[in-house]
Amino acid sequence: MTAKELAPDIAIPEEVADNVFITSLNTIYNWSRRNSIWPMVFGLACCAIEMICAASSRYDLSRFGMEVFRATPRQSDLMIVSGTVTKKMVPTIVRLYNQMPEPRYVLSMGACANGGGPFKEGYNVVDGIDKFIPVDVYVPGCPPTPQALIHGLISLQEKIDQQSITNVPWYSKDDPGEFLPIPVLGPDLIDMRQLDIIRAEAKAAEKEDAALAESAE
Amino acid sequence: MAETTIEVLENEAPAMDPVEAAVSALKEQFPELTDDARPNYSGLMVPADKLLEVAQNLRDEQGFNYLSSVTGVDLIDDGKLEVVYHTYNLDKGGSSVVLKTQVERDNPNVPSLVPLWPGADFQEREAYDLLGINFEGHPDLRRILMWDGFEGYPLRKDWKEAYYEEDHKPFGSRWPGGEVFRAEERNLYGKNVAYPRGWMPQNLDADTDDEIYAGMSVNRPKSKTDIRTDQVTVNIGPQHPSTHGVFRMVVTMDGETVLKLKPVMGYLHRNHEKIGERNTFLGNIPYTDRLDYISSMSNNHGYVLAIEKLLGSQVPERAEWIRILMVELTRIVNHLWSIGFLINDLGAFQTAMLYLTIERELVLDFFEAAAGSRMMCNYMRFGGLAFDLPREVRGQETTAFLDELVHTRLPKILDELDTFLTGNEIVRERSVGIGKMTREQAISYSTCGPMLRASGVQYDVRRAEPYSYYDQLDFDIPVRYNGDVWDRYMVRVMEMHESLRILRQVLPHLKATKGGSILDGKPQYNVRIPKGGEAYGRVENPKGELGYYVTAKPKGTNPERYHIRAPSFINLTPLELMSVGHKVADLVVVLGSIDIVLGETDR
Repeated sequence: MTAKELAPDIAIPEEVADNVFITSLNTIYNWSRRNSIWPMVFGLACCAIEMICAASSRYDLSRFGMEVFRATPRQSDLMIVSGTVTKKMVPTIVRLYNQMPEPRYVLSMGACANGGGPFKEGYNVVDGIDKFIPVDVYVPGCPPTPQALIHGLISLQEKIDQQSITNVPWYSKDDPGEFLPIPVLGPDLIDMRQLDIIRAEAKAAEKEDAALAESAE
Repeated sequence: MAETTIEVLENEAPAMDPVEAAVSALKEQFPELTDDARPNYSGLMVPADKLLEVAQNLRDEQGFNYLSSVTGVDLIDDGKLEVVYHTYNLDKGGSSVVLKTQVERDNPNVPSLVPLWPGADFQEREAYDLLGINFEGHPDLRRILMWDGFEGYPLRKDWKEAYYEEDHKPFGSRWPGGEVFRAEERNLYGKNVAYPRGWMPQNLDADTDDEIYAGMSVNRPKSKTDIRTDQVTVNIGPQHPSTHGVFRMVVTMDGETVLKLKPVMGYLHRNHEKIGERNTFLGNIPYTDRLDYISSMSNNHGYVLAIEKLLGSQVPERAEWIRILMVELTRIVNHLWSIGFLINDLGAFQTAMLYLTIERELVLDFFEAAAGSRMMCNYMRFGGLAFDLPREVRGQETTAFLDELVHTRLPKILDELDTFLTGNEIVRERSVGIGKMTREQAISYSTCGPMLRASGVQYDVRRAEPYSYYDQLDFDIPVRYNGDVWDRYMVRVMEMHESLRILRQVLPHLKATKGGSILDGKPQYNVRIPKGGEAYGRVENPKGELGYYVTAKPKGTNPERYHIRAPSFINLTPLELMSVGHKVADLVVVLGSIDIVLGETDR
């Protein structure tokens, strides 16, 4: 429906009349967001190479408005976790996630980021980035081909299409943007949300040892 | 005249192998040295207190001036830790003189070889980090791959990870009662973590990076001018577009000039060695793909060579030619990629990269057709290959495709590269004289590959200790003498031309051996090493010498020790040496010229 038919009382200059469209605010809001997702330059491992290939001429991410890779989290909308997440690296990743402004999305690329992949049992490997930050789209593969990554990005666009400006969390008063606790490197990786379990464990072990010592006496 | 020369040669004893000569000379001077007596092991056992003397003699008198690999082995049954050193003679080539030092497991003190070979620096730190071997006299003995404060030495045989199931794969525990389980369901925290028993979290604000920053502040010399510049210590990485992955440099700068630099790594330490010691021999091949993920084919090659030494298998002719085809294509792809990135680092963001990766995609399509995967090929097997060449690639018959690739497409891109980059004034201005390393430094820092050859050492494993059919092929080893970024770039360009030369010689052999066997014996799921023993397989990877040190028990199905001598890791040792005094923008270029891949650096 053209603007003239829909809103006859609004004066529109004749020369632009055919170029005025009417749509819902939601659609225009999501349309502009979905077609200019700026990913962060953030290569972790092998998958990063396929991510670069996806951005290069043969696969050409710029068809989706996503070729603007930003080196700083402050300017990016999408974090592509492309590769194995190690315990040494995960505090940095959570910190980067915290620094990204809302609306922000996370795409977990490849078997390692999804769940540890071939390196799951390794002593320095985090078995899945979703144990620390929320993930929107998972892309399987080791490494996923550029086509698979593009499919994941299109899925993300579909997800964005489903969102509504009336209830997205980043405009609500109660949600000032989630600030996730940054894991700490101790004798092993410490998730700060699990401190209580660790303390309880330590106390139980202490008690057990004391009981053992007593029975030995 | 001619006759006399021949006579002299005849009178001489048959020329002794440089390794044997050096070993017997060493034994004469140090009667306490003994041969490694274990069956199928070789090398000289050196008491720890004599190690420095023997190493110095080996370097200065015997000409074995290149310390290639340092690694530790946990001999838990004997209660000992062993340090294994592989040294080479860069002038004569040939095999290695291997020194081994055994120390008590409870008190593992070994003298550090850093005073003799600065290239031992990172490798000794790695052995300290993962095995807890204490190198006395090491200038900066800290953890390198794990963080300070990590509990335990993970590569020791009695150290068990959080998701430990069994000592060796295949795990019987994966399908208990016919039902699969997920490891996180058994872990109290639902994650891959475990804490020491009774450990109470406290003092969590303490910075594990404290020791990294120690010593990074520099006293600024008084300047004669009145211009005052501040010294700052900044972190470049681990998330930084110029570090080629998750590498971190702590840099102290005076204005823009680099005064001090400490590389920090381990952000991609994926425990290849620990996982590799649990894996079956065959199961390690896909893991080697993920070391240097740009050149997975040649990683396969080094590993299968090491295991073939243990198995004593013969590779069929066709398989050898296909291997060389794959490896040389990989070399070209890797150098195109690394030059693209170097130009990126120089500031021409993406443009060169986009053009240089077009031909890479052709090669990757070929790999995909042959092996089933673009990057992680998993193509070689012990005694041959997994598959023969495909019938067609991109809708073209394979031979025709390869002919076009080798005779038309790749030469064209190399010509373009020469026209637009090699002659480019900005590229020259930015790279000539930057990141210099002399011949002596390059050798003592154990650098390898294009780094070594750009500093005037004409050393290439393909020539020095030929493997596969490289002794039958006609090619040159490019060498340049200034040791700067420009020379490293040029060595890579020339190497690509040499690889093309090799490929042109390989193609007729492929046609001649068509239909030939590609695997020695039957495909095996679980390979057993009949006699056990040790093997060191090394290949000239695009980035330098890649070595696999593997030991196995008799009839073993798993490696007892699996160590990777990673060129990207060891080539980083002289990074500070090369970048001090340059501007921070040049530091990025110097790092680019080393051509590191973090999967291999951190393993």
